[in-house]
Amino acid sequence: MAYFLQQLINGLTLGSIYGLIAIGYTMVYGIIGMINFAHGEIYMIGAFISVITFLVLGELGISYIPLALVVVLLCTMVLTGVWGWTVERIAYRPLRGSFRLAPLISAIGMSIALQNGVQVSQGARVKPIQPIIQGGLTLFHQGDFDVVVSYLQIFILVLTVALMIGFTWLITRTSLGRQQRACEQDRTMAGLVGVNVDRTISMTFVMGAVLASVAGLMVTLQYGVIDFYIGFLAGMKAFTAAVLGGIGSLPGAMLGGLLIGLIESFWSAYFTIEYKDVATFGILVLVLIFRPTGLLGKPEVEKV
Amino acid sequence: MTVQVKDTSAATAPNVLFPALKEAFIASLLIVALGLPLLGLKADNQGPDLVLTKRWDLLGIAVAVMFVGRFVLAFLRGQKAARQGGLPQEKKKSGDNSIARLLNQNAKVLGLLGLLCAILMPFVIPDANARYVIFISTTFMIYIMLGWGLNIVVGLAGLLDLGYVAFYAVGAYSYALIATHFGWSFWICLPLAGLFAAFFGVVLGFPVLRLRGDYLAIVTLGFGEIIRVILINWGPVTGGPNGIGGIPAISFFGIEFSRGEGGFASDFGLEYSSMHKIIFLYFVILGMAVLTNLFTQRMRKLPAGRAWEALREDEIACRSLGINPTNIKLSAFALGAMFGGFAGSFFSVRAGFISPESFTFIESAVILAIVVLGGMGSQMGVVMAAALIVLLPETFRQFAEYRMLAFGVAMVLIMVWRPRGLLAFREPTIRLHPKDHQASVKEAA
Amino acid sequence: MVFQSLARPTDVKVPSDALMEVEHLTMRFGGLTAIDDLSFTARKKEITAIIGPNGAGKTTVFNCLTGFYKPTVGRLTLVHPQKGIHLLERMEGFRIAQQANVARTFQNIRLFPQMTVLENLIVAQHNALMKASAFSLAGLTFLPRYSSAEKEAVELAKYWLNKVGLYDRADWEAGNLPYGDQRRLEICRAMCIRPVLLCLDEPAAGLNPRESLQLNDLLLGIRESEGVGILLIEHDMSVVMEISDHIVVLDHGRKISDGTPEFVRNDPTVIKAYLGEEEDEELPTEVAQDLAGGAA
Repeated sequence: MAYFLQQLINGLTLGSIYGLIAIGYTMVYGIIGMINFAHGEIYMIGAFISVITFLVLGELGISYIPLALVVVLLCTMVLTGVWGWTVERIAYRPLRGSFRLAPLISAIGMSIALQNGVQVSQGARVKPIQPIIQGGLTLFHQGDFDVVVSYLQIFILVLTVALMIGFTWLITRTSLGRQQRACEQDRTMAGLVGVNVDRTISMTFVMGAVLASVAGLMVTLQYGVIDFYIGFLAGMKAFTAAVLGGIGSLPGAMLGGLLIGLIESFWSAYFTIEYKDVATFGILVLVLIFRPTGLLGKPEVEKV
Repeated sequence: MTVQVKDTSAATAPNVLFPALKEAFIASLLIVALGLPLLGLKADNQGPDLVLTKRWDLLGIAVAVMFVGRFVLAFLRGQKAARQGGLPQEKKKSGDNSIARLLNQNAKVLGLLGLLCAILMPFVIPDANARYVIFISTTFMIYIMLGWGLNIVVGLAGLLDLGYVAFYAVGAYSYALIATHFGWSFWICLPLAGLFAAFFGVVLGFPVLRLRGDYLAIVTLGFGEIIRVILINWGPVTGGPNGIGGIPAISFFGIEFSRGEGGFASDFGLEYSSMHKIIFLYFVILGMAVLTNLFTQRMRKLPAGRAWEALREDEIACRSLGINPTNIKLSAFALGAMFGGFAGSFFSVRAGFISPESFTFIESAVILAIVVLGGMGSQMGVVMAAALIVLLPETFRQFAEYRMLAFGVAMVLIMVWRPRGLLAFREPTIRLHPKDHQASVKEAA
Repeated sequence: MVFQSLARPTDVKVPSDALMEVEHLTMRFGGLTAIDDLSFTARKKEITAIIGPNGAGKTTVFNCLTGFYKPTVGRLTLVHPQKGIHLLERMEGFRIAQQANVARTFQNIRLFPQMTVLENLIVAQHNALMKASAFSLAGLTFLPRYSSAEKEAVELAKYWLNKVGLYDRADWEAGNLPYGDQRRLEICRAMCIRPVLLCLDEPAAGLNPRESLQLNDLLLGIRESEGVGILLIEHDMSVVMEISDHIVVLDHGRKISDGTPEFVRNDPTVIKAYLGEEEDEELPTEVAQDLAGGAA
């Protein structure tokens, strides 16, 4: 029981991270109907920017942790957002309305370029970072097993909930959100009634990148090591989460993320850790075959 | 009249400079924002810790290059627009494809010439670097085969397969396992490995080929990764991370390339040379590659091949014509996988040793880059691109770590510039009229 | 085999001259009912037109008939002159064209734009050629069996190209043809599967008056000399009233009228559906003239 509870907590933490990345996939898919293959790399870039910002703060002698966290969070969000914007501008916008495979291939190219660009500029070795938020609450003991919620996990969960609230507000209450939803339903019509479609699509990429960058920061704090390759697997899993939740659905992406996080941590705890990625992938294939619309997705009517 | 023209040019001259400066300035600001953390600063490993290295010079160079480049571009564009009297520019239609046309229309002649060179090559190169040249050429041939195989899937059928390396791996491992466990000869193992790979193609393809294009891409991407995970973790069969060694070498239809009695050299009255085996393997791969090419060319003219291309163009129209999309996609997927499997066997037999390291996503990306760079559907393009991708890094070894970066950037740029690939050119599979007829009709119309 | 017997029962009763019998067809998308209990018969060697205001559910009927949508309720019986009865609602999409020989065109033309005109017509004969080449295996070996089959396919393509005047441009990329030629080529391509029923979704859309007249001749020719039944969705009344033998009028997914052009033109419910409930003199006369115009 205690072991189970601990895995539940770990799974939810991991799931929050996947969910934040998955939202980026789902939003971009919703608006331009395409998988942004480079999204996992945006998350990786977010993680690198957060590590570097921590180092800069360390050099400046800022050691008050809450302040440092806020500064790093803001820097990471802004700078990664710029990366998200740039990726859309270079690799996707010129290809709107082009040959069907072209944007997909350019996305792959972008993903390879970002991954290797970071490898070349930052080095291939893993980047370890000192734990920043330490300690935790012991919920209860059972035998010699403690169920612990670390402060870090609380931080991650609270931050995720806060972001979700802010994000929901952004989508449902602001003009940007309305434009975004309008483009999602009918891009041509939205353009005709005066929505700046290009700008809205750019903003969608920026929003996705911002959320992914927070996930990057969380991973840096949680695991303490990152490298240029983390975007690949995390992107894969977050995409699975988006499909599981129903691609195009924002709550679905979060739900899918949490489920994938839980499945992964329980699989690692009770089965073999080596095959945990295989498990996630198996879920992706099963969902695509038996319920391609996912848990919360709307059925897609083929336009003939 | 002349005065008016002068007036406009005088009025637009300052209008060209300032927007260009502004554009360059904004672009440089963007580079600062992008490059500040990742280019200007570096998290350097120092023992167990990270230290911050500052590289402002690097960032400065990047900003300067961006500023100058962007300025020149914007300035030239502005001047051109001013010369055209401020009229909006006519959009050029996806680049000029006269080179692509020339290369592809003379593909037969060029192909035969290339083949002749490839056949003569082992006999004319100086002995000193023969081993190295043949080694590289064999790699080149393997990549051509992989490129032609993937071309069926991506270029003809329009299915984006990001896990092609999985079939390459299945081919390589099945060859290695069959050859080491049963000791069967190369000529039995090769088709078996191809069939195994095709079988895997069908097994994977059957559930996922009914999915939309981009779902297919990500599932194949995942499949490629899963195969690698299984190869690493399934120690008892695959040898785990250490791989499989001692894979038997190729034989001359049963006669081993060994020293002494009963070997190839003594049977044919030649002096023993370790080069015989390498050259023979090279010729076998060359033969297989030619076969792959002929096969694909022939398939294009058969109903299944035409249906591949039709499916790439419009799947809904295909269904309305009674074409079973799943079967047609499966056939393309399985055939592509089979050629991947053949190439895998060659990889196995040449190295004598395989490990999961050779079958990463990067490898899939390289093969895809060959197809995309060359021009989807173009056989000639694949050869050119394979040459570029295999031979260039060999000549510029010191830039090895930039290789993948360059691939990625090239893929994006080529898609933006020519979405169907550099040498994309489609020759009709059947004609009603001779080639010059077409031109005369066009002129008449 | 189980599948076959389900789709081709022997105990289904239909009128003897029926080619396509639609019974109680209903299609719902979530809460929206696009077609509501529609029944009509398309007879052999006749041109049956489906007309109705925009959004009446006409294209949805086609999508059900040709297997792109599975109807929520209803039976779609096709009486094939040679192969007998097929229940289309039970058949997988592509099999409707393959086995029941129902061909269709699309409202927004769907050619294979990068392939040539001739290749478009040969791809349409895929199933016959596939059989002749033994699923491409025999084709690989250069046996004469395939090349003669391909020659036959080219002959059929030539026949249709000559009919619509595209013979000279057979080697053009289909995407480079002018709009009207693309429409005609799509009809030829549909005819190349040798259909018994041809479903045309707004074939006259975007054509000029001269091209519309040519289209009339082409369609009448298809009915007369090929003996193929035609099901037609069209807004251009000059086409509909001129060539149809039988008109079905839809409004909001329901059938409101069914009969000869003469009957439909004078049916008060049809006029009401097109003109609206209130008697408004300005706009309606135009539409009324449009409705009547074709016959004049």
